[in-house]
Amino acid sequence: MTVLTSRRRRSTPARLAPWEERPSPVARLGKGTLVTLIVLAVLGPLYTIVLTSLSSSATVNRVGGLVLVPDGITFEAYRQIFSDTVVSKAVLVSTGVTVVGTLISTGVSVLGAYSLSRPGSFLHRPLLFSVLLMFVFFPGIIPVYLMVSGLGLKDSYWSLILPTAVSAFNVVVLRSFFMNIPGEILDSARIDGAGEFRILWRIVLPMSKAVTAVIAMFYAVGYWNAWFNAMLYIDDTRKWPLALILRQYVVDSNPLPSATAGVTGDAPPTLAIKMAIVVIAVVPALIIYPLVQRHFTKGVIVGAIKG
Amino acid sequence: MGAMTAKRPVRRGTRTPGHAAPPNRLSWRAKARRDWPLLVMNLPMLLVVLAFWWIPALGNVIAFQDYNPYTGGIAGSPVIGFTNFALLFQDPQFLRAMLNTLSITAFQLVFYFPVPIMLALLLNSIVSVRLRAFVQGVVYMPYFFSWVLVVAIFQQMFGGAGLLAQILRDNGREAVDWMTNSDTFILLITSQTIWKDAGWGAIIFLAALSTIDPNLYEAAAVDGARRWRRMWHITLPGLRPVIVLLLILRLGDALNVGFEQFMLQRSAVGSEASEVFDTFVYWSGLRTGDLGYGAAAGLFKGLVGLLLILAANRVAHALGERGVYSRS
Repeated sequence: MTVLTSRRRRSTPARLAPWEERPSPVARLGKGTLVTLIVLAVLGPLYTIVLTSLSSSATVNRVGGLVLVPDGITFEAYRQIFSDTVVSKAVLVSTGVTVVGTLISTGVSVLGAYSLSRPGSFLHRPLLFSVLLMFVFFPGIIPVYLMVSGLGLKDSYWSLILPTAVSAFNVVVLRSFFMNIPGEILDSARIDGAGEFRILWRIVLPMSKAVTAVIAMFYAVGYWNAWFNAMLYIDDTRKWPLALILRQYVVDSNPLPSATAGVTGDAPPTLAIKMAIVVIAVVPALIIYPLVQRHFTKGVIVGAIKG
Repeated sequence: MGAMTAKRPVRRGTRTPGHAAPPNRLSWRAKARRDWPLLVMNLPMLLVVLAFWWIPALGNVIAFQDYNPYTGGIAGSPVIGFTNFALLFQDPQFLRAMLNTLSITAFQLVFYFPVPIMLALLLNSIVSVRLRAFVQGVVYMPYFFSWVLVVAIFQQMFGGAGLLAQILRDNGREAVDWMTNSDTFILLITSQTIWKDAGWGAIIFLAALSTIDPNLYEAAAVDGARRWRRMWHITLPGLRPVIVLLLILRLGDALNVGFEQFMLQRSAVGSEASEVFDTFVYWSGLRTGDLGYGAAAGLFKGLVGLLLILAANRVAHALGERGVYSRS
């Protein structure tokens, strides 16, 4: 959905135009209530989850569920989680896969998009076609699974990265951005003797920082959030990323495998610890989000509106 | 949604501004000599696409085999033609998956599709710039959460031990576990989709709203059109192209209803309500080990999906929209 465009024009000015009628008090009240409800629908659950993760088990037991009113803040749940190897390992795995995957995906996509940004170049059409086909047809879960296991990637972290390393969508977005860079600039660099790699690195990339950053962030969010590939390919519980822990422990309330101590004992997971894991899974999205959002507000991200 | 953007049309012979020498004049040798750095740059992407798209796509031949990975794989398994496909259409579970997928698509077309439009109209009508930026920031956020997280959050809110049940119980009412109720499953997944994606989906409509000429509103107001008339006669016609395009694209994508969302909740509500194409492929193929059968289901879905996209695109072109792709 990302296409870079210039700053968005606003259809309504910042204040009511002189010709615009003032809304009636009832309408304003209604709108205010609606907006408040929408905001609460998103922030409410997050609030109570964060609060519960910061509550002592005594508080959680007294309330009998999620905590709505703060009653003493404790980091006990987080301490327990990080003193245990299973969850900390999963956080490490997820972070590693996200970082490495994002670097690889962004690099491959930038190179690929640039190589496809020159209509009329050698083999341009077949290569472009091979990427665009990914839009309209998905080979299917089973053949991809067989390929991944055939390559010996099962139980390897690479199985979480390589099958989803290239998103045709992101490549197309990058490519159309690169194609809009005025050719005179590239030509003058070429006349000065710069090769393609140098042009990409020194001229095209610096001009495309914003779009590249947005694409990288989308890849990062994708890797951090991915659950299905991990479920499919990672049987070894010691290699589980956070998404699998979240499913097993928080959604299904099953004790974690290879129990050692603390969190992973046989006792059913306590709510505070569950919620702490949820918070840990949300946090990277919340960190990345404002970075992307800067670009929304600058009008960078405008959906598939063309032209 | 992913497939929605369009590549820029590349017309043969048109020069993109300033990209060296006009094409088609040079021999392929000269072109290859000139463009080899581009090929080198393309190589990593080509390898990924080959390994995880082309080879698996061709690997779909196992759909026509009695495939057994242990006795020889593709080369050693007997070819059985369309038997797997014939079996699919006698499999009540497959028919159930098809029915579920289509009814979920239809349901969400009515109850999800308009939500981002209404949300965009609401956001656009917030006068204070700051407040609007804040509300936008909030409603876009869940798009960045994973499905596991969304399901976990919904479970904590509406599950048997969730917040709603807790409040009901405290007030002496009987609590309902919405997360395991197969009768209301379609409502559950639609509200999850709204919670997660509606805010993000509004962006495209906001962008379309911003391209409507403000003078139209002023002129209409001067002519005496009130708020609702202006919305009916200016705003909605302004949004029409985007709405039509997205509607067509959604129809082209009718077989995809969200994959992880269903995988994650299948065990909680049972397969009766939650079986869709993708979960069927997974369970029939990978879980029961009948890989050829599962691949046949996957291939069927892929090919029908392909036809739908092509048809949708054709409709889009016929209506004067640009569609998913344009002929290059």
